Amino acid sequence: MKFRVFVAFAGPSLLLMLIFIAIPLVNVFLQSFYNTQSIFETVEIETCTPGFGTQTCITESETRPVLGEDGKALEKTIFVGWESYRNILRPDQAWQAVKQLNWSGLMAIDFWKALRFTLTFTLISLPLVIGLGLVIAVAVNSLAKSIRGQVIFVSLLPFIITPVIGALSIRWLFIGDGILTALLEWWLQMDIAMFAQAWTIELMMLFYRVWHVAPFAFVVFYAGLQTVNNDTLESAIIDGASRFERLRYVVIPHLMPLIIFVSLIHLMDCYRVFEEIVGFSSQAHVISLQWLTYDFLIPDESGNRSISRASASSMLTMIGIVIILIPLLRKTWNDHRARVL
Amino acid sequence: MKKFCTAVVAALLLPGSLWAACAYDNQVEIKSLSAGFQAWKSVTDAMAECGNFQAELDQEFRDKQVEAFAANPSLYHIGGVSNSTLVPLVNNNLVRPLDDLVAQHGGQLSENQLIRQNGQVVAIAMMVNAQHLMYRQDILDDLGIAEPANYEEVLAAAAKIDDAGVVDYPLGATWKTGFNIALDFVNLFLGEGQSLINDDLSPSINNETGMYVLETMGRLKDYMDPEILVSDSTYVQQQFQQGKIAMANLWASRAAAMDDEAESQVVGLVTMASAPMGSVRPASTLWWDGTVIASNITDEEAEAAFRLIMEGMDTEMVQANNDDAIWIIDGFVPGKSAAGAFATAANGAAPYPASTEFGIIFNALGNGLAAYITGEKDAATTLADIENEYLVGAKEAGLIQ
Repeated sequence: MKFRVFVAFAGPSLLLMLIFIAIPLVNVFLQSFYNTQSIFETVEIETCTPGFGTQTCITESETRPVLGEDGKALEKTIFVGWESYRNILRPDQAWQAVKQLNWSGLMAIDFWKALRFTLTFTLISLPLVIGLGLVIAVAVNSLAKSIRGQVIFVSLLPFIITPVIGALSIRWLFIGDGILTALLEWWLQMDIAMFAQAWTIELMMLFYRVWHVAPFAFVVFYAGLQTVNNDTLESAIIDGASRFERLRYVVIPHLMPLIIFVSLIHLMDCYRVFEEIVGFSSQAHVISLQWLTYDFLIPDESGNRSISRASASSMLTMIGIVIILIPLLRKTWNDHRARVL
Repeated sequence: MKKFCTAVVAALLLPGSLWAACAYDNQVEIKSLSAGFQAWKSVTDAMAECGNFQAELDQEFRDKQVEAFAANPSLYHIGGVSNSTLVPLVNNNLVRPLDDLVAQHGGQLSENQLIRQNGQVVAIAMMVNAQHLMYRQDILDDLGIAEPANYEEVLAAAAKIDDAGVVDYPLGATWKTGFNIALDFVNLFLGEGQSLINDDLSPSINNETGMYVLETMGRLKDYMDPEILVSDSTYVQQQFQQGKIAMANLWASRAAAMDDEAESQVVGLVTMASAPMGSVRPASTLWWDGTVIASNITDEEAEAAFRLIMEGMDTEMVQANNDDAIWIIDGFVPGKSAAGAFATAANGAAPYPASTEFGIIFNALGNGLAAYITGEKDAATTLADIENEYLVGAKEAGLIQ
C-alpha cells in the first residue's frame, strides 16, 4: 500500500485515538502527581437552621474555602510526587503484612482487597467463558440447519442486555427473600442469605459475568467453525479419530487465534469489573479496582473529591491490564514472527 | 388520525396554567434539580402547575449539583438541598443570597424556614426530617415490653422478641454500606454527646465512645437480617410493611408508608417513638430539606424561580400532601406519623453537623464500618483505619497539613 493511501485510511482513526485516548491518558498520568486543593480559613459563622417549630441559631468556627475576587474558591495545585500512589498502595503496611504472612492484614488495605477480587474474578471467569462459548458453538454447529437461526438468536440475548440492568435483575432475584432465594430455601429446607457473605456474592457475580459474556465467545467461535477444513476432518474420521479427538486435534488448533482474541478481550473487560459491584451493591464485602477509582471520584456529602487518588488508581488499573495481557501478547507476537520467518 | 395527533400535540403544548391551580402564569423557563423522594415530587408538581418548569428528581443529585451550578449560566435555577448538600454550594459561592426576594415575594414564609448564614438568607427550608424508633405496638404489647427508651432496652426487647419467634428478625436497620451505615454510627456517637472531629480538625473516633458505638452495633447486629449491609431505607420500610421486623430506627418521611393500605400488612400497628437515648441526647440527627437559587443566573430568572418556589411551598400544597413529610410550612397538621420525629426533637437531638471535614469522615465511615460488621476487622483496627482514611482525605483536600 502506498504511504499516502495508508495515511488516508488510518489517519482519521489515529487522530481520534490521539484525541480521545492518548491525550486523556497523559492528562490522567500527570494529574496523579499533582493535587489541587482549596485554601481554607477558619471563620466564625452564625448559622440558623430550622427545627421542629423553633429555629436554632448557633455561632461556631467553621472551615471554609477562601473566595477570590471573582467569587470563586481559591485553589492551588501542588506537586505531590508519588504520594497519591503511596496512599492507595500503602507499601509499608502491605510489606509488613507480607513479611508476617498476615493475609487478613494485607486484605485490610482497600487496594489489595480489590486486586485480590479483580484477579480471581478475571482468572476464574476466563476458562469458563471460553469453555462454555466453545461448547455452545460446537452444539449449535451440529444442530439441524432449520432451527439454527432461532437458537443463535436466543443464545445471543444475554449479551445484548445492558450490563448494569443484568446485574440488577440478578440482585432482585436473590436479595432478601427474592424468588430464587425463596426457591433455594424451599428446596434445601434452610435459611439462605445470598448477600450476607462475600463468597456467595462472588459466585453470583461469576455466574452473571459468564452468562453475560459467553454468547460473545460463542459467536466468534461459531464463525470460526464455519471455516474448519472439511477434508482434514474427514481424513481424521477415516483415521479413526473419535469426536473428542477431532475437537482436540483439529478444531481447537484451528480456532486458536480466535481463542486468544476472545481471551484478550475478556481479560481487558474483566479487569475493569465494575457493573457487578454497583449492581449488587456489594461494597461491604467485595470491591474491585475500577470501583475504587469510581469511589475516589464521586463527591462525598460535602462535595470533596479525590481526583489525584482517582487518577493514580486508574493508572494502576491500566498498568495491571498491561501486565495481565503480556503472556498472550507475547504468544501472538511469537506466532506472528514464526509465520513471517 | 391526523386530527388525533394534532390534539395530542396541542394537549402537550398547552401551558400548565390552563388546568392547574397556579395563581399566575410563569413566563420564564425554569429548571430544578433535587432529590427524588415523595415530598420533592409533591413540591415540584405544585411548581409545575405554573408552567414553563422542568423538574429533575434524582436521588444521586449530589454527584452533579456542584458542577451543574458552577457552570455559567447555571444548568439549573432551583436546587433542592439538605443540611449536608448545602455545604459545597455555599463553599463555592454558588447560591444566591435571597434577602431581597424574601422581602419582595416571601410574605408567606415563617422565620423558621429561612436558613441564614451570618444573617444572610441562603436557602428556604420546607421540611424537617429525623430518624426515630418505630416499633410494632401489637408485638410489644403481647410480650409485655414497654417502649424502649435507650439501646439497652432495645436490646432487651429484641432478645424477648427473638425468643418468642414472632417475626423473622426483631430489628431492622438502615445499614447499607456508605451513607446509611455512616449516619447510624454518627447518630450513636452524637447521642453520647461527643464530637467526631476535634477543633484542630484531627479525628476523634478511635476512643472510648467509638469503641462503645461499634460494640453496640455489633450487639444489635445479632438480631438483624444477615443481609443488613445492603439494607437501605426502602428495604427496611418494606420489611416493616411485610411484617418481617418488629423495631427499627427509620426516617420520619417513611412513617406514613406503614399505614398505606395498598402496600402495608401492618396498618395501624406501628407506633412512632423518639429515637433511643444515648447518655446525653437521642441517638439521632435533625435534618432539613429546602431549596436554593443558583448564583449564576440573571435577576429576572432568579425572581421567577423564587416565585415558583413560593407557589410550590404554599399552604395549598401542604394540605394536599400533609403526610408526605414534616412540613414547616403554614397549614401542616402533625399527624400520627410525625409523632416520633417530634419526640426525638423534644428530647434534644442535635442537628446533623454538616461541614467540609465532616463530609470526609462521613465518607470514611461509610466505606470502613462494614469490615467490623462482617468480622473482617476488630473494633480498634476498624476505627484506626477510618481515622487514617480521614487524615489522608483531609490532607488531600487541604484541610490539614
